[in-house]
Amino acid sequence: MMNFSYTRAETIADAVAAVAGDPDARFIAGGTNLVDLMKYDVMKPGRLVDITRLPLREIEATDGGGLKIGALVPNSDLAYDQRIQRDYPLLSSAILAGASAQLRNAATTGGNLIQRTRCYYFYDVATPCNKREPGSGCSAKTGVNRIHAILGTSDACIATHPSDMCVALAALEAVVHVEGPDGQRTIAFADFHRLPGDEPQYDNTLAHGEMVTAVELPAPRFGQNHTYLKLRDRLSYAFALVSVAAAIEMDGDVIGETRVALGGVAHKPWRVPEAEALLKGKFATRELFGEVADRLLQGAKGFGDNDFKIELARRAVVRALTQAAAGAPQVQSNKIVN
Amino acid sequence: MAAAAPDGFAVTITINGEPRSLTIPPSTTLLDLLRERLDLTGAKKGCDQGQCGACTVLVNGRRVNSCLQLAVMNDGAEVTTIEGLGQPGSLHPLQEAFVAHDAFQCGYCTPGQICSAVGMMSEGHAKTEPEIRELMSGNLCRCGAYSNIVDAIEDVMGSAAVREAAE
Ligand SMILES: Cc1cc2nc3c(=O)[nH]c(=O)nc-3n(C[C@H](O)[C@H](O)[C@H](O)COP(=O)(O)OP(=O)(O)OC[C@H]3O[C@@H](n4cnc5c(N)ncnc54)[C@H](O)[C@@H]3O)c2cc1C
Ligand code: SF4
Ligand code: FES
Ligand code: FES
Repeated sequence: MMNFSYTRAETIADAVAAVAGDPDARFIAGGTNLVDLMKYDVMKPGRLVDITRLPLREIEATDGGGLKIGALVPNSDLAYDQRIQRDYPLLSSAILAGASAQLRNAATTGGNLIQRTRCYYFYDVATPCNKREPGSGCSAKTGVNRIHAILGTSDACIATHPSDMCVALAALEAVVHVEGPDGQRTIAFADFHRLPGDEPQYDNTLAHGEMVTAVELPAPRFGQNHTYLKLRDRLSYAFALVSVAAAIEMDGDVIGETRVALGGVAHKPWRVPEAEALLKGKFATRELFGEVADRLLQGAKGFGDNDFKIELARRAVVRALTQAAAGAPQVQSNKIVN
Repeated sequence: MAAAAPDGFAVTITINGEPRSLTIPPSTTLLDLLRERLDLTGAKKGCDQGQCGACTVLVNGRRVNSCLQLAVMNDGAEVTTIEGLGQPGSLHPLQEAFVAHDAFQCGYCTPGQICSAVGMMSEGHAKTEPEIRELMSGNLCRCGAYSNIVDAIEDVMGSAAVREAAE
């Protein structure tokens, strides 16, 4: 790890000013991603601004009937919060499907959003990677790309965003609150992460020095019919090859609003509102779920090792919608897929 | 705002009940501080990347991977390592159960397993065997002692439940 200087922020304004004023500075929260990347010189900040002492650890009710989650709420506390378990079980389930208990204890809400890709070449500083070293090339496109994206890729980068929590937040249409040197703003979850395009060095739409202060959930709607289905190489403590967050509003046997977001397939959680709309006012059938899957995966393209993800994702969508419609969410401790 | 040059930052961390005032470079991980500076070599370095759990310790009672913690960020914290849980002659019930159930072979993962199990029990979310397995999945065992590890934990959880019911 390269040496760096360390600053402990006492106020949000302090923290923002410290990072905004120094192109080489970064925030640090749980450290579970940044410390790892710094050990391997993938990220080499000259200065870390420790934000863990800021008052951003509350989960508060909003006027709109939703919840506002402070950026420093640990992933485990969020997953086990009673309001989250009762009203946003999809979010709780997705968090508990990720990482390990130790990591979830340290990882924060803000850090989870901003964690970086697990692309092997991004981690290996001996190989070209446009995300780590813009203009150097993409080793994954013609290399080992089993874990890489099938949707929204570019010539420059085929990496995925690795978060589970974010897939649920995309389906729930969360809103990200940020504070920067020019004040506060909110970002719709769909606009928070970005596709790689020809600037894969940017994972999201935050400006340097902008800090995530909270994630807001709208009033709950999907307490009954939901599931987080995560498929991976081993049963636990592994990143998703493909994951699906599905949430349905059922009106008796008829489907109302539906949300489906995919993880492990793109540089951001993948949603296609037109695919979701196919279900509105219909009865739940396997055939219809297949149509939704086809629409979600329209334009999917593999790069060799990851070709299998297209069919895997298709089947995962059908299975997840079946689970959600039946009100039988995937259990995260017992991985038998029903 | 407190700031430090790369060479040193003064912190006080309570380790196994004893407050330690130290000046440490910001790049020192909690694991390296414990092992290299304080000679507490119970917590192990398996992967140094958060991928194995051998370095698990309790920080303010919560289990974390000490290899991914910057020690400076734990200023003011209370850290418990395997050495602080119990010592020969006064073992923690989980340490005793690991011995009784033969829950290890080489022993490299064991301090992390035990600290993790202590953390899991105080979290209180594991009730069934599949839940124990899932919530202990952050601790790998290359020797594959998993079934005996689960037995040891169940044994201690069982006695704790029996004690609670009696109270
Ligand atoms: C072995 C391993 C397995 C894992 N498995 C999974 C998994 O299966 N699923 C999953 O979803 N995740 C997984 N993770 C990733 C884990 O969820 C992330 O590392 C964690 O959520 C990051 O949060 P943090 O608080 O530790 O972030 P940090 O490491 O502190 O920060 C990460 C990044 O976010 C920035 N940042 C942090 N907070 C803010 C803020 N408030 N505003 C602006 N910028 C900020 C930092 O500058 C840094 O660039 C795994 C991690 C490891 C090590
Ligand atoms: S996929 Fe993206 S992160 Fe991976 S090597 Fe290519 S440019 Fe780098
Ligand atoms: S050494 Fe920390 S998790 Fe492996
Ligand atoms: S006992 Fe050898 S690694 Fe677990």
